[in-house]
Amino acid sequence: MQDVLDERSGLSDTLALISAVIIGAIGLVFAFAGEEEILRLQGLIVLAAAVAAGFYVATHPTNLRQEKRSGYFDGPIRVATVACVFWGIVGFLVGDILAWQLSFPALNFDLPWTNFGRLRPVHTSAVIFAFGGNALIATSLYVVQRTSQARLPGKWAPWFVVWGYQLFIVIAASGYLMGVTQGKEYAEPEWYADILLTVVWVAYLLVFLGTLKDRQEPHIYVANWFFLGFIVTVAMLHIVNNLALPVSFLGTLSYPLFPGVQGAMTQWWYGHNAVGFFLTAGFLGIMYYFIPKRAERPVYSYRLSIVHFWSLIFLYIWAGPHHLHYTALPEWAQTLGMTFSIMLWMPSWGGMINGLMTLSGAWDKLRTDPVIRLLVVSVAFYGMSTFEGPLMSIKEVNSLSHYTDWTIGHVHSGALGWVGMISFGAVYCLVPWLWKRQGLYSMKLVEWHFWLAMIGIVLYISSMWVAGITQGLMWRAYDRLGFLKYSFIETVEAMHWPYVIRAAGGALFLLGGLIMAYNVWRTIRGDQPVDVRDQAAVAAAPELRPGVIAMPAE
Amino acid sequence: MSQGKKIDEVTGVETTGHVWDGDIYELNKPLPRWWLYTFYISILWAIGYWIVYPAWPTINGYTKGVLNYSQRDQVKQDIEAWKSGHAKYRTQIAQMSLADIRKNDELFQFSIAGGGALFGENCAGCHGRGAQGGIGYPNLNDDDWLWGGDLDKIHQTIAFGIRSGNPNAHDSAMPRFGTDKVLDEAQIRDTANFVRSLSHLDVDQEAAKRGAQIFADNCAACHGDQGKGNQDMGAPNLTDAIWLYGSSQEAVMQSIRTGRGGAMPAWSERLDPVAVKMLTLFVYSLGGGQAEAASASAPAAGADKPK
Repeated sequence: MQDVLDERSGLSDTLALISAVIIGAIGLVFAFAGEEEILRLQGLIVLAAAVAAGFYVATHPTNLRQEKRSGYFDGPIRVATVACVFWGIVGFLVGDILAWQLSFPALNFDLPWTNFGRLRPVHTSAVIFAFGGNALIATSLYVVQRTSQARLPGKWAPWFVVWGYQLFIVIAASGYLMGVTQGKEYAEPEWYADILLTVVWVAYLLVFLGTLKDRQEPHIYVANWFFLGFIVTVAMLHIVNNLALPVSFLGTLSYPLFPGVQGAMTQWWYGHNAVGFFLTAGFLGIMYYFIPKRAERPVYSYRLSIVHFWSLIFLYIWAGPHHLHYTALPEWAQTLGMTFSIMLWMPSWGGMINGLMTLSGAWDKLRTDPVIRLLVVSVAFYGMSTFEGPLMSIKEVNSLSHYTDWTIGHVHSGALGWVGMISFGAVYCLVPWLWKRQGLYSMKLVEWHFWLAMIGIVLYISSMWVAGITQGLMWRAYDRLGFLKYSFIETVEAMHWPYVIRAAGGALFLLGGLIMAYNVWRTIRGDQPVDVRDQAAVAAAPELRPGVIAMPAE
Repeated sequence: MSQGKKIDEVTGVETTGHVWDGDIYELNKPLPRWWLYTFYISILWAIGYWIVYPAWPTINGYTKGVLNYSQRDQVKQDIEAWKSGHAKYRTQIAQMSLADIRKNDELFQFSIAGGGALFGENCAGCHGRGAQGGIGYPNLNDDDWLWGGDLDKIHQTIAFGIRSGNPNAHDSAMPRFGTDKVLDEAQIRDTANFVRSLSHLDVDQEAAKRGAQIFADNCAACHGDQGKGNQDMGAPNLTDAIWLYGSSQEAVMQSIRTGRGGAMPAWSERLDPVAVKMLTLFVYSLGGGQAEAASASAPAAGADKPK
């Protein structure tokens, strides 16, 4: 048995080194033979990353027997948690810059890399995939180990998932800034970045499945259903929507396989399910572990979790056409998109009921523990935006709301309210747990973060409702002879003050994020918490809670 | 890790018997009734909608729905209805002269309404929503016209544009006195002082005197001896308080140095003739429209008109 373990140690290091060499070689080819400057630069980035990874693997040979004894595998999770906070700040900052640009267009500065068109995908990708994605990777790998009582498999694969994902983010974002995009919303990265993400994602799936396979529990916990649904579906969406033919294997440009309205349908099948499976299913996985854990209350209804999981998974995937109402998309497809969105309402709310009602018997914690408040308020925003979504999918409502800032408001009540707040809650839980601290550096700062974010969100979404509905009504206003009452530029002028209010709300949200980064940094550094007596017992790392004996994986 | 079912003290509900990560339990609660029934209702509503409207693809088409409704037919009908409501006005506008339309109240009102909408979509980007103009883009509310302000002249400008490349476009070019080294910087300064003195702006009188001669030699051919401009060449009147590119010493010097020559598209290449006519009447109505008699560049035409 020992011999086998030793051989497997050698094998895993060799495979890791071979991977580093292959990726490095691709980087080298791009760096020297690339036809565009941006590709040569990105080749250098890939090469540097592969060299660093290869060097690290070579100097840290695996000893699986020792690994097996050391309990849960949390190193990559710590990296993903810090990355989540870091990219969150980047994403919020770029978003707020864009919000000010929309209020005062001169802030584009007439520079190519600071104009709205290039910065927007940096913002959306940074918040969805970099901030949200790292939150999902960190929490899913944390949760699957704890609820399976098993360690992540392999030594290098989890590291590859986390660092490979960061490399993808850097390649994608540097491309956006220099004008590389395939012009598909939320799927902007070009073919070579897509391939990198596919490889990383498959590794992520295997690591997750490997942990489930090794589980010491007869069943799989509900959070893991959602995480698995998210990982599998996102793999499928990403691959199908990015099927494209590169013009040259040494150039950035590619052409998509699906033309015209089929391409549009594929894009919004992808786009809507990025919302459905990345931002909903994945984050419900977070909710199903962190709320019962933090509130120390049982999940409200096991049966509801089964029924709403399967109905959500089944219905969400059909709702995409509601993004293409009143377009070249055939009317029957629009009808299906709309009706499936309506049927999706209750399955979505199943998660909200289970999240909120888990607090039964512990509502007082909303007052005493701001981390619980972040988690629970996020579920309230989730409920609000999953009601608003089906409402906006109705064709008649959509004819007013589509293309207006109402859509932007809707997205942000989901992104800031649901995804943002639950990720903050999860980060505040994870940091002391992962770094084995008595608690967060300061619960008072969490309180500040909560209120700044809350006020920011309210300013954001209320100004966007006003802006969107105003816009929609102005666009469709006619005089008695049937002529348009307002020119487009008048509708833009009417947006000025709502845009300023939105940007101010975004600034508050960003400020909250900076406070979180400071608090997380002080906690990781090991500073004595300033208000540890005000913190709930569960704020401490499991090993440090009174009367708890740490349970190793084996 | 099943530790057997137990009763949750707070709710009195039994747990499922699963325990996760030491302390996560699940309650064995039934589905909330209101949730379940709302879910059923939304499914029934969807089925009802499918029966009524186009919904499911079939092998060679799709289910049309009992109403036989079609979004595209609806749009077609709406556009037809809109067009037919306008048809009688548009036919008349197409046939009648601008002057006659101006005298017909109903047609004039229709043209102003439609022209206003067209202006908002096509012209406001440069001239501003209130036609107030901006640096480089003339204000259309006043009676200071570069190329003439009677109906036919406005129509000519809108239809063919200014320096648009259209063969009928207004065209002229102000020389680049500085760039092409016709005048040196000191001469340009003197000329600017003189030009600004024409509209009684505060200037260096000595420099203005020197500039007067330079003006007479270089500028008067187009702008006139008195600087009153010439609408045949689009040369602006320099004696009034209206400045297309600004009245500061530096702005005027810049105009002399590099020349000016704004461009405007030929809208007859983009809009139909009726639309161009409606736009003409709208611009004419803004406040600066001139009767042909009043047009400085067309005294001959004015002579035919009864006063």
